[in-house]
Amino acid sequence: MYEIVERRQLVPDHHVLTIHAPHVANKVQPGQFVILRSDEEGERIPLSVADFDREAGTVTSVFLEAGAATMKLARLETGGTIPTYMGPLGKASEVEPCGTVVLMGGCYGIGALYPIARAHRAAGNRVISILEAHTQWLLYWTERHQAIADEVYVMTSDGTAGERGLSFDKLTALLDGGLAPGLVYAIGCTFLMSSAAKLAEERDLNLKVALNTVMVDGTGMCGGCRCSAGGEPKFACVDGPEFDGRAVDWEGLMARRRAYRPQELATMRRLDSSGKLASSKPAGKGPHHG
Amino acid sequence: MAEPPSGKKVIDLVRRPMPAQPADERSHNFTEVALGYTLELASEEARRCLDCKMPRCMDGCPVNVDIPGFIRELAKGDLRGAISTLREHNLLPAVCGRVCPQENQCEAVCNLVKRGASVAIGRLERFVADAAAMDNMIEPPQPSPSTGKRVAVVGSGPAGLTCACDLLRLGHQVTIYEALHEPGGVLIYGIPEFRLPKHIVRREIDQIRAMGAEIVCDFVVGQSATLSELRAQFDAVFVGTGAGLPWFMGIPGENLVGVMSANEYLTRVNLLKAYQTGAATPVPKPRVAAVVGAGNVAMDAARTALRLGAKQVHIVYRRSRDEVPARLEEVEHAEEEGIIFDFLTLPVAFGGENGRLTTITCQKQQLGEPDERGRRSPVPIEGSEYDMPCDLVVMAIGQSPNPLIKNTTPDLQTSRRGTISADDKTGRTNLPGVFAGGDVVTGQATVILAMGAGRKAAASIDDWLRTGEWAIVEAEG
Ligand SMILES: Cc1cc2nc3c(=O)[nH]c(=O)nc-3n(C[C@H](O)[C@H](O)[C@H](O)COP(=O)(O)OP(=O)(O)OC[C@H]3O[C@@H](n4cnc5c(N)ncnc54)[C@H](O)[C@@H]3O)c2cc1C
Ligand code: SF4
Ligand code: FES
Repeated sequence: MYEIVERRQLVPDHHVLTIHAPHVANKVQPGQFVILRSDEEGERIPLSVADFDREAGTVTSVFLEAGAATMKLARLETGGTIPTYMGPLGKASEVEPCGTVVLMGGCYGIGALYPIARAHRAAGNRVISILEAHTQWLLYWTERHQAIADEVYVMTSDGTAGERGLSFDKLTALLDGGLAPGLVYAIGCTFLMSSAAKLAEERDLNLKVALNTVMVDGTGMCGGCRCSAGGEPKFACVDGPEFDGRAVDWEGLMARRRAYRPQELATMRRLDSSGKLASSKPAGKGPHHG
Repeated sequence: MAEPPSGKKVIDLVRRPMPAQPADERSHNFTEVALGYTLELASEEARRCLDCKMPRCMDGCPVNVDIPGFIRELAKGDLRGAISTLREHNLLPAVCGRVCPQENQCEAVCNLVKRGASVAIGRLERFVADAAAMDNMIEPPQPSPSTGKRVAVVGSGPAGLTCACDLLRLGHQVTIYEALHEPGGVLIYGIPEFRLPKHIVRREIDQIRAMGAEIVCDFVVGQSATLSELRAQFDAVFVGTGAGLPWFMGIPGENLVGVMSANEYLTRVNLLKAYQTGAATPVPKPRVAAVVGAGNVAMDAARTALRLGAKQVHIVYRRSRDEVPARLEEVEHAEEEGIIFDFLTLPVAFGGENGRLTTITCQKQQLGEPDERGRRSPVPIEGSEYDMPCDLVVMAIGQSPNPLIKNTTPDLQTSRRGTISADDKTGRTNLPGVFAGGDVVTGQATVILAMGAGRKAAASIDDWLRTGEWAIVEAEG
């Protein structure tokens, strides 16, 4: 059993979850993820690591309440426990001196990018964070990014904070203005990452993305996380989660992300307010990485 | 059966059948298919054993269970004696009696096999184990006084569990590290409930805990700690991490939604309990399923799909029935349940709509000339391609070890297939104090071979802890 040090809503549908798990906190590096279960009947949920404190033995993630699994997670209380917390999983980000690093994130990606940005700053790189949200009240951790980045740009679809537009637009503008980043990171929804990949292709950028495929075990055992990068079959949990954004087969990936959609909806309808499954018919919900 | 006249045995050639749930009933539920012998059937079957002067069955068993011994005790009605004889060599008789390929092992060399009716050794083994458990006769082996030595066991499948148990018995302290949230390896996440009820596996694991093993789950060696870090904290390390990484064929359409590995399918159903009503984990409920491959894994996946409501389930296999590698009993059970076997058939592509699988394209094969090992390889018949509609394909064509330990332990010697190189008599790797055994060394094999490897490694670990000598030593036996 692992203690829930904090479960708090950051902004609507986005929660921060900090777990006491020294076996993960001891080893975790930026770019890695964990797999947890909210209860003994629960599904295994992969979440990116958004922060960690080795001394306190805690690991933090930011997750989006999207499917039935994360809905249950969002109902956990600070001070409670969860039965499963496994990791750190996946390969760590490679952090090397590379001049300027642009990190563009939306949704849970704003959290997931934070430790990566911090590591690049510590490695002496110039860090530019572009944070994207639909609207002002869905933005979080702006100050955290401001505290470590050289520049932070905020983009909202409705223009209620920062500039109107997407992180994609901001990166395009920066490039047009002559910026030549040594490395670009994109973490967030598949749309954000795949559009960054298109831009990387056009402008010959070195782009890293963190894939959020379907996952069950996280150890290379199920193959549910398989994807194609550079025409090679890859398992995102052991070969990734970070890949060269230009090499990823985005179409195949999006189709796989939709894998359990119909069943997921069925489960969500059966979730009552306590987070327990209401009826007894077998059904399911989709894995979520975020 | 009348008692045989003294000195001479009447040869009874009727192998007592295993009571089983009727096929049309069991194909809709997840309770165990084979119900187990009754006391009467077990006694009758035990009395068929000729108690040969030169028994060969023991040589057929990879761990050399004293088969005539336990059967003799059973025939005499001495259940306590029978279980202790069995457990001397086999820590998990309730498991092996259910999953060993007996027809290729002990029963293949039983002297009665020539008469077409080898003693049903596996069924008797299962009976003794179940009956003894029911009567609370199974006591954990007594640990020796503590040696003060500490051993880390990585992976909690049959290899790791057996190694841990023997080490505890020898007085060493054991910590088992398991990546998943429940220990047991393939016995828990792979083999389905209807073939190996999970309470049996849990019972055995509870015993190992009761003997003093600490079991740490959610701990991925190579990630949560490297092998070298563990080695620094313990006096020895045993690696029994299995061969879990599933293979795919690399043919078009394989990434369509609806194509998945047998491990994913079975893990969702077993470990994540998707077969239980109300379970949260999603699992596809196909109308028509095709399972590629014909080993035990394939049979398990096919019969699981049937139980989850598939109207039609095909086993697609590129060789013929004679080459099917699964246990005979599983093939027979699958046939009785109505699984359709498409032999000499090779998938060449998968088709789909909107990213979802809708068809499998197959090509017929014929058996060619025997190769040097005498196995006839399938040769494609050009122009024989055909499409079959289906909404689930399960790939069960083999697997190899995951790369987690290999990637983070560069000095550890591994093969090109990703298996760890270890001496097969002692489990010693090229790194002093690091031992390995089971599927991670052999590639996917069997439960009993993994157990045998765990046992040999435990003896060799004990030797190393006592002598500190690392030269590869010949294990006795
Ligand atoms: C569906 C299926 C059906 C089968 N049916 C039969 C049968 O009928 N009869 C038979 O004899 N054999 C059968 N087998 C094969 C048999 O199960 C295996 O040969 C046997 O389980 C191997 O045992 P093992 O201890 O080597 O590894 P496993 O049972 O694979 O256990 C390895 C364990 O190590 C864990 N692990 C992996 N990597 C790490 C890591 N880095 N850190 C920590 N833990 C890790 C895994 O999670 C797993 O729990 C079947 C296999 C499958 C998949
Ligand atoms: S352990 Fe397996 S091979 Fe050995 S006697 Fe039992 S069933 Fe036969
Ligand atoms: S999550 Fe199962 S293989 Fe990657």
